[in-house]
Amino acid sequence: VTESNGVPCRGKVLTLDNMNPNVRRVEYAVRGAIVQRAGQIEKELKEGVKKPFTEVIKANIGDAHAMGQKPISFLRQVLALCSYPELLEDNKFPEDAKHRARRILEACGGHSIGAYSASQGIECVRQDVARYIEKRDGGIPSNPDNIYLSTGASDAIVTMLKLLVCGEGRDRTGVMISIPQYPLYSAALADLGAVQISYYLDEDKCWSLDVAELKRAVDAARQHCNPRVLCIINPGNPTGQVQSRQCIEDVIRFAKEEHLFLMADEVYQDNVYAEGCKFHSFKKVLFEMGPAYSSTVEMASFHSTSKCYMGECGFRGGYMEVINMDPEVKAQLTKLVSVRLCPPVPGQALLDLVVNPPQPDEPSYNTFMKERTAVLAALAEKARLTEQIFNEVPGVTCNPVQGAMYTFPRIALPQKAIDKAKEEGQVPDMFYCMRLLEEEGICLVPGSGFGQREGTFHFRMTILPPTEKLKIVLQKISDFHVRFTQEFS
Amino acid sequence: MAVVLPCVRGAIIPQSFQSQTLSQPLSSLSATRRGLPKEKMSENGVLSRAKVLTIDTMNPTVKKVEYAVRGPIVLRAVELERELSEGMKKPFSEVIKANIGDAHAMGQQPITFFRQVLALCSYPELLNDSTFPEDAKSRARRILQSCGGNSMGSYTASQGIDSVRQDVARYIERRDGGVPCDPDDIYLTTGASDGIVTMLKLLVCGEGATRTGVMISIPQYPLYSAALAELGAVQINYYLNEEKCWSMDISELQRALDEARRHCNPRALCVINPGNPTGQVQSRQCIEDVIRFAANERLLLMADEVYQDNVYAEGCQFHSFKKVLFEMGPEYSDTVELVSFHSTSKCYMGECGFRGGYMEIINMDDEVKAQLTKLVSVRLCPPVPGQALMDLVVNPPQPGEPSHDNFIKERTATLSALAEKAKLTEQVLNTIQGISCNPVQGAMYSFPRITIPEKAIQEAMDKGQEPDMFYCMKMLEETGICLVPGSGFGQTDGTYHFRMTILPPTDKLTILLNKVKEFHQKFTQQYS
Repeated sequence: VTESNGVPCRGKVLTLDNMNPNVRRVEYAVRGAIVQRAGQIEKELKEGVKKPFTEVIKANIGDAHAMGQKPISFLRQVLALCSYPELLEDNKFPEDAKHRARRILEACGGHSIGAYSASQGIECVRQDVARYIEKRDGGIPSNPDNIYLSTGASDAIVTMLKLLVCGEGRDRTGVMISIPQYPLYSAALADLGAVQISYYLDEDKCWSLDVAELKRAVDAARQHCNPRVLCIINPGNPTGQVQSRQCIEDVIRFAKEEHLFLMADEVYQDNVYAEGCKFHSFKKVLFEMGPAYSSTVEMASFHSTSKCYMGECGFRGGYMEVINMDPEVKAQLTKLVSVRLCPPVPGQALLDLVVNPPQPDEPSYNTFMKERTAVLAALAEKARLTEQIFNEVPGVTCNPVQGAMYTFPRIALPQKAIDKAKEEGQVPDMFYCMRLLEEEGICLVPGSGFGQREGTFHFRMTILPPTEKLKIVLQKISDFHVRFTQEFS
Repeated sequence: MAVVLPCVRGAIIPQSFQSQTLSQPLSSLSATRRGLPKEKMSENGVLSRAKVLTIDTMNPTVKKVEYAVRGPIVLRAVELERELSEGMKKPFSEVIKANIGDAHAMGQQPITFFRQVLALCSYPELLNDSTFPEDAKSRARRILQSCGGNSMGSYTASQGIDSVRQDVARYIERRDGGVPCDPDDIYLTTGASDGIVTMLKLLVCGEGATRTGVMISIPQYPLYSAALAELGAVQINYYLNEEKCWSMDISELQRALDEARRHCNPRALCVINPGNPTGQVQSRQCIEDVIRFAANERLLLMADEVYQDNVYAEGCQFHSFKKVLFEMGPEYSDTVELVSFHSTSKCYMGECGFRGGYMEIINMDDEVKAQLTKLVSVRLCPPVPGQALMDLVVNPPQPGEPSHDNFIKERTATLSALAEKAKLTEQVLNTIQGISCNPVQGAMYSFPRITIPEKAIQEAMDKGQEPDMFYCMKMLEETGICLVPGSGFGQTDGTYHFRMTILPPTDKLTILLNKVKEFHQKFTQQYS
């Protein structure tokens, strides 16, 4: 390699060609190319560049607070008390908040949230998580020793996948994940060099799961890899579907028959809006199916502080519950998480409050319930509104947003637009979304980032902006779609 | 009863499973079907299958991972704590966890200013509270303004909050006497460990003789060996010189490298300065020599500098790799690929639980940097409380600000207590026959060499234990003191050590050191 002045210089030690090839295969659309462009545009706006819009609306990521949702007062009061315990003398704070803070601090080394915690997470928090799960699941026992606190749910998901991946060539571990999926899964599988086994959700049936499709996918996969894991996101991301109890039973039965480790991503468990829909935890259904299943099916369930009514993404709080894990493997898991010492303690404290919120007889209860209800009711309203408005646009079809925080409507793209996209070397729905970004300042994520049936196009938009703003955003997208369709007709 | 059927999987298939397994032509089943586990007959005659995930079917590299700092001896310590709390009688009334560099757990107090700002950020209503000083409020407002929705609960940019990275860059510039720092080269991380693992992951590729090799000191902080085992990279050991206060020796680096080139592709050199577990603070000359070596041998340099404020010994000073690199002129500063790591867990802050940290990337290929940015985006962002804390560490109260005096007082008290304890530790341990302790020049640990009698070595081996693990386990059971055996960090063959933190409060540390002395004398006598 020579420099421009003719002096020879050596190439770098670390280049694209000699870096970890798996990392090159990783993609994560939620913060991918379109978001980078959105960030650039924001910078340009700040520098005074004239645009057809005054702000960029980041409807690409499930970040509630960024979109104006307020934190739950009680949670933040306890966190403040834990951060600066001198405030325990301050009579502005309610007794129940102080009580929770004292309990958390007593469980920390040196009574400080600055101490490392046990690698599996603070013990009393894990006990509280276990009790929460028992209450949620109608009394089915949960052992705190099966609870692992984590740095967001993502951390635990990646850890489990890491444990599961082994083998070479046709023995390589295969992991089943839905199409469409939350692209943490595809990214992690690429990073680990595991085989991704895609199973299609049924768009015509409100994105429901079909066991026949699971069977098709696993049988095809067995030709070239060793399928060992089945991942399911319920309520779904990006699709928002809330699986029926029957479906969950069928999935569990399928996992047992096909000898698959079940991973149930349930971070949206409080985000259920549609009438007739209800969250059924995989654990609960598993145990209701009796010991033939509940004492054999290996499962990990995941939860987080980032979604639901809390929206505390920045704290990176989460946990997983492992069921029927081999004790030797569990010891390996415990050893593995010890290398990173512990999950962030503020996130552990936050999780403790989520699973142990104010009770009816406590001072903070009324405000807590009011705030929680307001957030969830607003989300339900916005879910409904989104489905309604999008379904009025010719060329846009939107399944009901049964739960979670997103809409994943299907968009019809004119052939000319598809051709133009190809010319520009872009996937058609990326081309569409980039146009929308440049013309309206609205940042969505193209469906190609999540996976979709060949020849179909979608985008994922969050339902998080405040209702009035959301209405405007929905209107702008609708108008854009009509314009775009006309332009390329 | 099971019906035995011929099947490509070689498993015994009961009647009930027949329909599923034989619904396809056998020829269409892949060879991987043999991976399905055999059914087992349990005692009561019930057929059960092996689990999906077993020790034999899990990721093999994870099995190779060890992390002694929280390993078997700590598990035993926790058991003992439980037994004590259940009222069991022991020769001691508490377990002292001198195994881990956790200052707050050992009684060190947090810096008031930091916790005030964190409280204000957590619950901004407190901005109206007159008990908080103005400078704390000003920092909190600035942090909140750079958060989405003005809330710490939002995700941040994956590389970290912009204004924090700018503050980090300014801190580095000040620290390094004006050597420029670009905020775009700063990545905030979930503790330094996160950044270190991410960099190692980027580096690892190749197969067999071309597999990436990474140089790390013996002794080392076992995050490195654990990460390398998990990534399936080759660990290349270079020995620190115990006779010369654990200093680095270029001829030893050369020896290790040349030997390694025969069986792997060495690409990175990791240095921990100040050192863990050894506490040595490398001289400026040494750091120059290491940089020159890395440049000549084409190695990416990883400089773990998390203990940069923990320097105690007279004549010792922290020299950042970045500063030295730039002082060596453009031939080096334009070319050597360097990544430096820092954290909120050590120094005078001791805020381990917040998992705050950063890395600075120097001379990284642009395309690789884009890959790095993409990689960190998958995990969204580091914990925001930790990012906020890092902002305060690099942007502490200035002279003239209300919190300055108190801040300096607290910081000075913590660092001078550590310096005192470093000295005390070296002193007391060196009075023990059979123990020799290098000066604790920096960091938070002593790593003394211990003489273990032949009889004890034999007994240890009979038990299948490393001799220093045997020694430390005995110490734990008899005194309640939990240390980490030197074998957990690496040591020259035939030598034994333990790592003990210097963190307990001075009077407790004095008691601790005397108990170690008593134990060592007793142990030596017992096995003489």
